[in-house]
Amino acid sequence: MIKILKYSIYDLMRSRWTYVYFAFFLLFTFSLLLLSSDLSRVIISMMNVVLILCPLIATMFGVMYFYNSREFTELLLAQPIKRISIFWGQYLGLASSLSISLLLGIGIPFTFYGLFYSAEILDFLILLINGVALTFIFSGLAFFIALKNENRIRGFGLAIIAWLFFAVIYDGIFLLLLMFFREYPLEQFSLFATLLNPIDLSRILLLLKLDISALMGFSGAVFRQFLGTTLGMLVAGFVLMFWIGLPLWGIRSTALRKDF
Amino acid sequence: MKNKMKWIIISWCHFFIFQVSLQAATLQVCSSCNFSTIEEALKAANDGDVIEIQEGTYFENALVVDKSVHIKGINWPIVDAQEKGEVFTIIASNVTLEGLQIQNIGVSYLKDHSAIRIKRQKNCIIRNNKLFNAFFGIYLERANNCQIYQNEITGAAIEESSSGNAIHAWHCKNLSVSENIVKGHRDGIYFEFVDSSHITKNRSKNNLRYGLHFMFSNDDQYDHNVFENNGAGVAVMFSKKIDMRFNTFQYNWGTASYGLLLKEIYDAKIENNHFSFNTIGINIEGSTRLTYHNNQFKRNGWAIKMAGGCLDNEFTKNNFLSNTLDLVVNSNVNNNSFDGNYWSEYSGYDLDKNGLGDVPHHPVKLFSFIIDRTPESIVLLRSFFIDLLNFAEKVSPVFTPAEVLDNQPLMKPITL
Repeated sequence: MIKILKYSIYDLMRSRWTYVYFAFFLLFTFSLLLLSSDLSRVIISMMNVVLILCPLIATMFGVMYFYNSREFTELLLAQPIKRISIFWGQYLGLASSLSISLLLGIGIPFTFYGLFYSAEILDFLILLINGVALTFIFSGLAFFIALKNENRIRGFGLAIIAWLFFAVIYDGIFLLLLMFFREYPLEQFSLFATLLNPIDLSRILLLLKLDISALMGFSGAVFRQFLGTTLGMLVAGFVLMFWIGLPLWGIRSTALRKDF
Repeated sequence: MKNKMKWIIISWCHFFIFQVSLQAATLQVCSSCNFSTIEEALKAANDGDVIEIQEGTYFENALVVDKSVHIKGINWPIVDAQEKGEVFTIIASNVTLEGLQIQNIGVSYLKDHSAIRIKRQKNCIIRNNKLFNAFFGIYLERANNCQIYQNEITGAAIEESSSGNAIHAWHCKNLSVSENIVKGHRDGIYFEFVDSSHITKNRSKNNLRYGLHFMFSNDDQYDHNVFENNGAGVAVMFSKKIDMRFNTFQYNWGTASYGLLLKEIYDAKIENNHFSFNTIGINIEGSTRLTYHNNQFKRNGWAIKMAGGCLDNEFTKNNFLSNTLDLVVNSNVNNNSFDGNYWSEYSGYDLDKNGLGDVPHHPVKLFSFIIDRTPESIVLLRSFFIDLLNFAEKVSPVFTPAEVLDNQPLMKPITL
């Protein structure tokens, strides 16, 4: 598995897209930092980008990578290697190379900007952790979709829909439900519904640090009381881990049974 | 002859008065002095005397100051009431009280026990005292022309019902309250029916209810104060012509917490204040003819929340920086003006380079409208979906009041 991981990382390192991704974050973060002197303001802007882009890129890139390296996968399958470790290797290679691009792309400008001497370092770390978690979750999801669908067009379509669902549609339905049932106490429900969507969960974890003034209000109090504590953080971390594990389990069960 | 007699009498009188004032005695209070208790000294004192209380602890309470004396603590003598009730009740004019540490007044649900009470008198000066664990700190009751300054009043309030105010004024005129530090009480400074008074350079923090509270008080001014971490910073209710300048309202956090709460007030001026990190910067209800000028709102949950019945409010040259929501206006009838402010969220352009944006800014977002109706939807703050909704609403306002807009948004923040 380690060997395949290594090859897969080498392969991705040679690919243009990893560099484009890295360069995008580098430029974007640098320009934001140049435009605004308020570090926490920059982190809020970065949050919006990370929450939208990380899942999108991970999904698209994951599907693309899987389909492109299909021949290589078939070649590997012909070798006496444990079947599942081929997929683990490829998945980890993809997710970690995307994560490295993200970490370096955001990390380098912030380090130049004297992040380590500022109070925002914790917020920044949470941003990075969330970005990495989202990358892992959505590249897993992409692999799973690609594995399930031989048809590339269908695979791409499903991947886009999956991203769209978590990034936009879910929140839309959520908001409609909130407005529709607004006569009822909805705090517990909204807390639960947030945990069910990794993008929402990441967003709330960051908001707890950044928009604390607004969340100090009546309806934000539930979130602050739950997620603001160590227990809440642990629960949130556990849920994110669960979200990483879910597609992996799908990949495993599909890959073991699939007839290539 | 008659004239001469008159002169003699007058000069005699002068001489006598002079003599008396020269004779203004200094009474020493200490364990080894003539007077070992403050009570004895007060009894023996005449108008104009100075009572010097030396270092030490005096377990006394119910001290009635009925002469115009100057009570002065040397090296912070401690007057401890042992939770038995009021310490100084001042029922004479021209009394000065300074340099004392008064503590442990004790809570009463029947009487407003206070460390220092001034009853129906004028020209008192209360300065440089330290009050600890007082139920009410300084209580002014129909007192005029009093000066309260450089006191430090620290309470141990746990709940509103069993705590009093640090500085409480009722039916007073021409007070000056300055450079005090008030904390841990119900209200830091409480004004009820207090007119023409001036509150300046105080620090009010960690109070349960309000840092400063006006009720039915007119023509007052407060400036250069800092209100921090109170239930709500300042509440101004049912008052007219209050000037609020150069104050700082910060970290007033909680489910029902405001930097500044305005309710039924008229003709007030709010200028050069800083509002940062409050759940709600200013909460405005039923307030008319107010001007808001040169204020800075930074990183509040809601910078301004305006309920119905607010007319002729004028916001000019304020900075709105990185608030979660800049403005919520929940009535459709609106003649308040928001022209000429700086909004950090403004995304317009300035082609003619006159420093004013060429497209109007809509400070009320669709999302603030949604939150107002469904508070739980705060969960969706800053989500992509909400951003899309806000954008759609901004392009063509349907739900948000279309007339609430800044026609001349500034391109650069005002330097304050």
